[in-house]
Amino acid sequence: MKPEELEVKAAAELAKQQAFDVRLFTCSSRGCQSSEALGVITGLKAELKAKQLESRVQVNGSGCMGLCSKGPLVRMASKTQKDILFSEIKPEMAGMIVDQVVVPVLEGKKIEKPGGDLERHTLDLSDPFFAMQVYSVLENNGKMDPEKLDDYIARDGYKALRKALTMSAEEICKEMLASGLRGRGGAGFPTGLKWDLTRKVQSEVKYIICNGDEGDPGAFMDGSVLEGDPHAVIEGMLIAARAMNATNGVFYIRAEYPLAVERVEKALRQARAAGLIGKNVLNSGWAFDFEIRLGAGAFVCGEETALIASIEGKRGTPRPRPPFPAVKGLWDQPSCINNVETLANVPSILLKGAQWFASRGTEKSKGTKLFALTGKSKNNGLVEVPMGMTLRDVIEKIGGGTDSGLKIKAIQTGGPSGGMIPEHQFDTPVSYENLQQLGSMMGSGGMIVIDEHDSVVELAQFYLDFCVDESCGKCAPCRIGGTQMLHLLNKIVDGKGTAEDIKTIRKVAKAMQKASLCALGQTAPNPTLSAIRHFEHEFTERLLPVATTKA
Amino acid sequence: MSTPIDVATAVKVAAPKAAADPKDEITLIANKWKNKRGSLIMALHDLQSRVGYVPRESAMRLGREMGVPLARIYEVVTFYNYFKLEAPGKYVISVCLGTACHIKGSADLLAGIEKELNVHEGQSTPDKEYHLQAVRCLGCCGLAPLVSVNGKVYAKLKTNDSHHVIERIQIDKPMADADHESLAE
Repeated sequence: MKPEELEVKAAAELAKQQAFDVRLFTCSSRGCQSSEALGVITGLKAELKAKQLESRVQVNGSGCMGLCSKGPLVRMASKTQKDILFSEIKPEMAGMIVDQVVVPVLEGKKIEKPGGDLERHTLDLSDPFFAMQVYSVLENNGKMDPEKLDDYIARDGYKALRKALTMSAEEICKEMLASGLRGRGGAGFPTGLKWDLTRKVQSEVKYIICNGDEGDPGAFMDGSVLEGDPHAVIEGMLIAARAMNATNGVFYIRAEYPLAVERVEKALRQARAAGLIGKNVLNSGWAFDFEIRLGAGAFVCGEETALIASIEGKRGTPRPRPPFPAVKGLWDQPSCINNVETLANVPSILLKGAQWFASRGTEKSKGTKLFALTGKSKNNGLVEVPMGMTLRDVIEKIGGGTDSGLKIKAIQTGGPSGGMIPEHQFDTPVSYENLQQLGSMMGSGGMIVIDEHDSVVELAQFYLDFCVDESCGKCAPCRIGGTQMLHLLNKIVDGKGTAEDIKTIRKVAKAMQKASLCALGQTAPNPTLSAIRHFEHEFTERLLPVATTKA
Repeated sequence: MSTPIDVATAVKVAAPKAAADPKDEITLIANKWKNKRGSLIMALHDLQSRVGYVPRESAMRLGREMGVPLARIYEVVTFYNYFKLEAPGKYVISVCLGTACHIKGSADLLAGIEKELNVHEGQSTPDKEYHLQAVRCLGCCGLAPLVSVNGKVYAKLKTNDSHHVIERIQIDKPMADADHESLAE
């Protein structure tokens, strides 16, 4: 494909879309598929066919629209009126939607809120859950079919790649650096800097790797992005490749996400057939292609050196750094590993400019961040908020508090590597620095809400148990330290602990933090430490009475 | 050590077109991956997606045909949680123990299903009908707590209603991965 053809394709697809009076988008992501979303799509198509409305109404799949707990969601977009978002739609309700909403809208009526049975299946789009979110990475979700390349092209897709092909590698790195984009996997290393470091290493072969090994239990942002907008991640990787003169692209995706793998495979096939990747990218003479490697259920493979070992077909154990992957990575060649969400941010930064991106967020944390809001939160799902929004706004307004009406006790961010943040600190704005200061971390974006009935001691035990189970066993501080710490914590949970045990936990934790080989061991004590720091009384309440201890 | 090519050729000659023959599938898997660097995990995924686990004889054959020592295969298979060394039951019930499910009581749900099937997590029923396993996060956290049976997700379950969950599975009988990707390229 020649660069100009992109515009022709986009215009043609837009014209096709505009020929429809109504477009229906049904979430076809993993969560909603498990609630029969595909049946809804089939049902809608059948109803429209029976009424001979196929030429006026288009039925599409779509990426995650956020409110997963109320899925499957169906969005109706019409030229003549405001969007309507339906929730918890079952296949047998397709007829109802067509008869009571679609047909009247086609007849020129305006429907503010559907009545009858559909009333309680209609979401209020002015609710803070929707109104307070700022969509950037999720911009396309609910508005295009992730399985259609032309849909993506019509929404300015691959335009940023076209721009990147006219820029020098250094210019792209500079633009990224100016935008302030930082790694969304959790550590927050400036993306532009990472690219620039890899760019400066001279080598015949260089790899750009997408880290889609979202192992944090309770997080599903990256999977949702891969499922909902795979072309955006591919385009981000192509731009990254240009910025560091990389020669090969690798997707590393966890095997537990079969739909994400399928969507990426399909997107790669489409892009290859269209000449967007492959031997002659956009007719520029540049050859670049991708391969996919699957994880196999090892949390530690999210660590970059372990991930590289896994791509090489070995046990996923980390190795000491330096040398950093930028110097010696996959097959000993310079490699750059970026997280899915980071890469999905790239095309719009290049297209709309670094300033546009940097206009959102705090001084040091720019742009937006995806969170997987789960646990006792009333609204469960995928949310995107600008950096700098307070935790309280995210949890109480967007999340809507708890579903049980119980008081929120704390949240856990950063998964097994993060920490608990108690309710009285919720007025803190979201940023890498702030969350770290609170003893937690940004992490990849899991945000678990716990209420006053939940025990932080048991949650800490849950996370530590996870880390012990997932420790690769290579270094002693993580392997032995974690196990010992878990023994002590189990003792406390069983009501057999002493004050001395809490002191020992702190000591072991310090050793693990200082001496572990990789981030898994270094951060494994965090949930426990933060729980002790903020809720020490919950630990001491469970200890043996002092008299018994002495006896 | 026998050269991988010899064995592969021998098998091809012996059973040229028997696609249903599992031995032949191993050759196809080996041929698909052996020239790609570092593809052992991918080959094992292909094998497990067809057989349901990694049988020892298959691992040995795969190793021979790909030129990978059996020790390396076991090194990898035992490291990653995803690979199974024993044949699971017909219906693999995966109870999600991710954080969101944990907060919503997935431990009770698991205990209930264990009682219902009279097996422990990680075991199969004696009739090999059901295999019960605990898994880390299936990524449908908005629908917690949930179990997945051969890929079909049962969501927003009540933690005290394991009996009903098993009943639903008995009615649905979800089958595993019906559409395999073709191995021949």
